[in-house]
Amino acid sequence: MSLGIVMLVHSALDRAEQVIRHWYAAGCPLVVHVDAAVPEADYRAFAGSLADLRDRLVFAPRFRCEWGSWELVAATQAAAALMLDRFEEADRVFLASGSCLPLRPVAELRAYLEAHPETNFIESATVRDVTWTRGGLGEERFTLRFPFSWKRQRRLFDAHVALQRRLGVRRRMPAGLVPHMGSQWWCLTRQTLQRILNDPDRAAIDRYFRQVWIPDESYFQTMARRWSDRIESRSLTASTFDFLGRPHILYDDHLPLLRRSGCFVARKAWPGAERLYEAFLQADSAPAEPLRLPDPGRIERVFARAAEQRLRGRAGLIMQGRLPAPHLNLPLTAAPYSVFEGVAEVFDGFAPWLARQLAEAGQGAAVHGHLFAPERAEFAGGATGYAGGLSDSATLRDYHAQMFLSNLIWNTRGQRQCFSFGPRDTQAIHWDLAKDPNAVISVISGAWMIPLHRAPMPFARRRAEAARLQRIEAEHLAALRSPWARARVRIWTLAEALEAPEERLQEAIEDTLGGPAPRRALPALADMEGLPDFLQALRNAGMHPQLTGELRAVPAPPARRAERA
Amino acid sequence: MRTAQLRQALRLRRKRQRLLWRAFRARHALTPRIDRTRGLPRGAILCLCCLRNEMAQLPLFLDHHRRLGVDHFLFVDNGSDDGSLAFLAAQPDVSVWSTAASYRDARFGMDWLGWLLMRHGHGRWCLTLDADERLIYPFWTTRPLPALTAWLDHGGQEALGALMLDLYPQGRLSEAGAPEDLLWFDAGNYTLRQQAPGQALWIQGGPRARAFFADAPRRAPTLNKVPLVRWHRRYAYLNAAHTLLPPRLNRTYASAGGEALTGVLLHGKFLGAIVEKSAEELVRRQHFGDPARAAAYQRALMGDPVLKTPQSTRYTGWRQLVALGLMSRGGWP
Repeated sequence: MSLGIVMLVHSALDRAEQVIRHWYAAGCPLVVHVDAAVPEADYRAFAGSLADLRDRLVFAPRFRCEWGSWELVAATQAAAALMLDRFEEADRVFLASGSCLPLRPVAELRAYLEAHPETNFIESATVRDVTWTRGGLGEERFTLRFPFSWKRQRRLFDAHVALQRRLGVRRRMPAGLVPHMGSQWWCLTRQTLQRILNDPDRAAIDRYFRQVWIPDESYFQTMARRWSDRIESRSLTASTFDFLGRPHILYDDHLPLLRRSGCFVARKAWPGAERLYEAFLQADSAPAEPLRLPDPGRIERVFARAAEQRLRGRAGLIMQGRLPAPHLNLPLTAAPYSVFEGVAEVFDGFAPWLARQLAEAGQGAAVHGHLFAPERAEFAGGATGYAGGLSDSATLRDYHAQMFLSNLIWNTRGQRQCFSFGPRDTQAIHWDLAKDPNAVISVISGAWMIPLHRAPMPFARRRAEAARLQRIEAEHLAALRSPWARARVRIWTLAEALEAPEERLQEAIEDTLGGPAPRRALPALADMEGLPDFLQALRNAGMHPQLTGELRAVPAPPARRAERA
Repeated sequence: MRTAQLRQALRLRRKRQRLLWRAFRARHALTPRIDRTRGLPRGAILCLCCLRNEMAQLPLFLDHHRRLGVDHFLFVDNGSDDGSLAFLAAQPDVSVWSTAASYRDARFGMDWLGWLLMRHGHGRWCLTLDADERLIYPFWTTRPLPALTAWLDHGGQEALGALMLDLYPQGRLSEAGAPEDLLWFDAGNYTLRQQAPGQALWIQGGPRARAFFADAPRRAPTLNKVPLVRWHRRYAYLNAAHTLLPPRLNRTYASAGGEALTGVLLHGKFLGAIVEKSAEELVRRQHFGDPARAAAYQRALMGDPVLKTPQSTRYTGWRQLVALGLMSRGGWP
């Protein structure tokens, strides 16, 4: 069996020559089409340097092949006809481009083809069922006319398409054809190719395809279906496209990936990929694993991940290449984190207790104090700097509070961040917390009254401060309860929390752990003696505490503290 | 609304024309020392740089960008007396102009480079850098600049954005003798905003913001640049290499949630020599828009500070910077 190569070349002629020599050395006859856009002098030099291969290399008549134009098909037809005519021994014909890189020894490809006798390898799917077309033109490629160049005359192209849609113009497909589409790189048997080229209706069919859009993805794909029933609908050339529909380019760093893929041919190689050309164009050796199946899925998966990154990006990362518009409402942060509001005020030593709980549950976590405190960011352990070089300076933090939070969560991926928040803190972040689906927020409203009622300040100042904090917290709670809030929120009043402190704390911890937590001894309740009196005094002074709930009595202070007193 | 936009566009257009005129006038200030630009191929990739006394940086700067695939370097020497000029003139792929005019009055050298860009950059990919910056980007070790620019061309992208990443030594600045000693950086304390014109990025942060501008973060240095541009003679850098006109060139990021291909400028400024340079700069007052405000920063540098903290990250390569989210490969697989 002999494998004939039809090669379309339009740039990087030196690389094309290398690949031509590779195919030639393996015994393949070649027909090479050089695009008419290549300057005459370059073409002559190219043909001249390949003069020594003349016994099995023919140059085809040249066409000017613009992307998506009919000339690509015409050039392929002419070259294929020449192949059939000049090389009687070629019973399989492989269509390749100058930037297609053979990855496996040609002998393996030949053995593979021999194991699949009479089979045409051409990706060919009915248009109706294809999802990969970009730009919304699927079936319309066949039913509209495309006299204008998409690359050079985009406005005319678009206007003409719109006009035809308006007028409801539809072309009729020549009888007996079912439109199919697929990769333009195929490998057909001599018989199929001959039948396609000698089709009795070819003149009419060609006339029809002349005005189909991107006919190189549909002409042979449709015609092969007409003339053969042994079609293996896949291309032997691995070729993937990015999210804009441009072919992916292969570089030196893809070498291991390409090796593992087991594909016979891949496109398209960057002309400067020295290592790729060196590695894959070595002297053809005996087939090592002739029947190893190609697995283009490997390549596709890697490239699909890149498309994913280009289109969706890494959630919660704000960086120089990714600055999502606010109206998209994408999460500000990269991972779930916990916010405790008022909890540390109710329970003495809450932070170390929580850290211990999380550590025992096997969750890597950092428990901070009030990260947005007006004095400084209270990082865990009293650190002055934190992951990624964050500073505890309140000025730096407040210069861009959203980015402070976003940076902190991004920098500590894999470690649960927990921090306290309250009405004393910088509030620039409070709406962001409410809207962030990663935030798990447990609120004991009015708990800030506990430190305040014991603060060494005259009553008038405490009253003013209570009014201020209450206003701030009310606004924050409104945000947490608003329809825009996407955080997981639990809110208890101080009175509710004190009714069953153990239950409340357990619920808050289980939200953070995302599952049941073992019950442990509770941290001690803060000293609240005199709080009801303070609340009543506020009421009497005209400042009604609304967020604490109905707090008539508080739990007695623990015996230990009583002793110390 | 439309009128306001139109007025803004016209204002920026006039501004750009003024900048171009300044650059055109700036040609008088430049004396060619050695001009090897004749016969440069159309697709040549150029690197432009304005410098003064950068002998410590130049060998690495040239090595790195040669390896990256720069075809020709165009330098403007602003009165070096440390042998930089002679060193550059001896390089086969370098052209040098010199000037004794004021760096500050030439918009921090941008007028001079503007003229060279206009004269030699049109239609070419041009990399505009400082001598203490080295451009890296995802896959740079296996995909040199011609691969990158072909990819950008392919997607119709005219410019590549890059973050200036301040590198610093392990100990005091004076302990760093060569750019290779600068191995540490801040991985995650950058702030991003949008600014005019054209919703350009404004990135601040890093070691300088936390160590020298903690009281006035607004004045911390700008860290975003657009160093690599497929130049057109009607383009102009507006504010050093940070922003450009026309404004669309500043949209180097994705705003629909995805990530755009971006690079990093490894910034090797914090060598021991900066301690003395700051003293000199305090007198010359050629850097910064407001020298009086910059004085505090210069004095802090003269104090030979330690920038490394326990939270600093040691630089290991481009993959690390991609993983940390400091730059992105975008859709370039």
